[in-house]
Amino acid sequence: MYALVDCNNFYASCERVFQPQFIGKPVVILSNNDGCVISRSNEAKDLGIPMGAPEFKIRELLKEKNIKVFSSNYPLYGDLSNRVMKILEGFTPNVEIYSIDEAFLNFDGMSVSDYHNYGIQMKSRVQKWVGIPVCVGFAPTKALSKVANRIAKKFQDRTQGIYVIDTEEKRIKALKWTKIEDVWGIGFRLRKKMIAHNILTAYDFTKPQHEAWIRKEMGVIGMRLKYELEGKSVLDLEPIREQKKSIATTRSFPKQISEFDDLRERVATFSAVCTEKLRKQKSCCQTIIVMLVIDKHKYESQKYYFNKAVTLPYATNSTLTISNVAISMLKDLYKGNEGIKFKKAGVIVTELIDEDKKQLQLFEEENPKHLAIMKAMDFLNTKIGDRKVKLGTQNLGLTWNMNQNHLSPRFTTRFNEILEIKCH
Amino acid sequence: MSLKKELSLTFFRPELESELKIPYIKEGVSAGFPSPATDFMESGIDLNKELCKNPLATFYIKVNGNSMINAGINDKDILVVDRSLEPQNNKIAVCFIDGEFTVKRIKTEENCMYLLPENKNYQPIKVTDENELIIWGIVTYVIKNL
Repeated sequence: MYALVDCNNFYASCERVFQPQFIGKPVVILSNNDGCVISRSNEAKDLGIPMGAPEFKIRELLKEKNIKVFSSNYPLYGDLSNRVMKILEGFTPNVEIYSIDEAFLNFDGMSVSDYHNYGIQMKSRVQKWVGIPVCVGFAPTKALSKVANRIAKKFQDRTQGIYVIDTEEKRIKALKWTKIEDVWGIGFRLRKKMIAHNILTAYDFTKPQHEAWIRKEMGVIGMRLKYELEGKSVLDLEPIREQKKSIATTRSFPKQISEFDDLRERVATFSAVCTEKLRKQKSCCQTIIVMLVIDKHKYESQKYYFNKAVTLPYATNSTLTISNVAISMLKDLYKGNEGIKFKKAGVIVTELIDEDKKQLQLFEEENPKHLAIMKAMDFLNTKIGDRKVKLGTQNLGLTWNMNQNHLSPRFTTRFNEILEIKCH
Repeated sequence: MSLKKELSLTFFRPELESELKIPYIKEGVSAGFPSPATDFMESGIDLNKELCKNPLATFYIKVNGNSMINAGINDKDILVVDRSLEPQNNKIAVCFIDGEFTVKRIKTEENCMYLLPENKNYQPIKVTDENELIIWGIVTYVIKNL
């Protein structure tokens, strides 16, 4: 048996733990830089706030409907997510953390006699210990547990937020209810094709007459999905992805930038943030990519996306090396585009290898002093916080997260930001 | 009933994140009399472990105000709050009542519940159906800067 545990409107729920006055009130969370809506409470959904809506476009509506707006507070969400996942590990040792607010659980080899009841226990423990509401879907396969979770969430008052698909009858009923675009792994483009082919529900997807077509369109992935929906488990829990394959730091600028020196500052900062993440997961990168984006509405008929990549002769995780390489690529990209206003830039490091599997190079090697400098820099930055130790090319006054006008305190990760309450 | 007992399994996983410093015993190859303390080495007191029985449900909260002075909670003290504990008569709780957080002692009587201050200048709050009350967590320790 598998379960999918999904936190309800996770970011909004995290904010409500420390500000319960917003329970039952409409709440939205904005993306980094306060760009667009990335999480909505049910009340905000009901008021017609679309997912992904740019903040400036709905500013009036937010005010008019008295919707509480938060900037995203990832230190808080990350900590609460961690706690939720660890609580789930108390119910089964087999937990796959699927995203910040979702986990697959497996119960093979355990004797659980009443899954609905077990789900209620999970839900109430997470609610009590960290204050986050969750829904749980149980089923014999991962894809079906996603379906079950959707039902639990959609009909919370009838299901108590728990739904178990444990009979053939329930499975078929659930598949007929599930629209094809809501099936795990069916994205926007596939949905169009499916609908054109008269596959409208998850149940249609499992019909024998579509098998050949699905195999042709989706290959082995489609067949796996079909088996999973039929109740034959073919997808196991994925081991935790300890290391990412590439790390990207890209941001839109609050104000568009055209001066080279200003762009250089941003690229140096993005390199520093990217490289710090690289060292945190104990990796080195071989390839560095820099990208620049201009406003395509402002400069129509012109190329609006520029990027360049360099592969180094050795793998590195030194901020000095990576930012130097990134800045020299920026110089090339900037040439011929002087005076153009850029709205976004990014640094991506890829072809990652383990720090300790780094091969010694015969001819070219990084200055070994970098390692010591980076260690000292990371140590100081962890101790002082807020990345105070920077490169000379970075602006000491600027931070890399620019617009966060609605940020709540980091209640659980900074001692000087913990919840303060009046005692009157 | 027996079923329910069977269901409440709790798995414990080793804590891999917190760093526990194990003492380094230097007595290994000395030719003299070995330290009699060697066999009794312990790993030091970890306040995180002592004050935070359930780290997953523990939060720190700072107090502003004096209504709990007689319970030993002063202005600017830090509370260790465990959300996993059940509210009980006489426990001190962080409560969210009618839109505001506060700290009070819980007093339950038949059909009735009070939130009691520990300072005679403040009035007890009688909780009725009109009030919206969330018992947010139970205070387990108070940390003071003297």
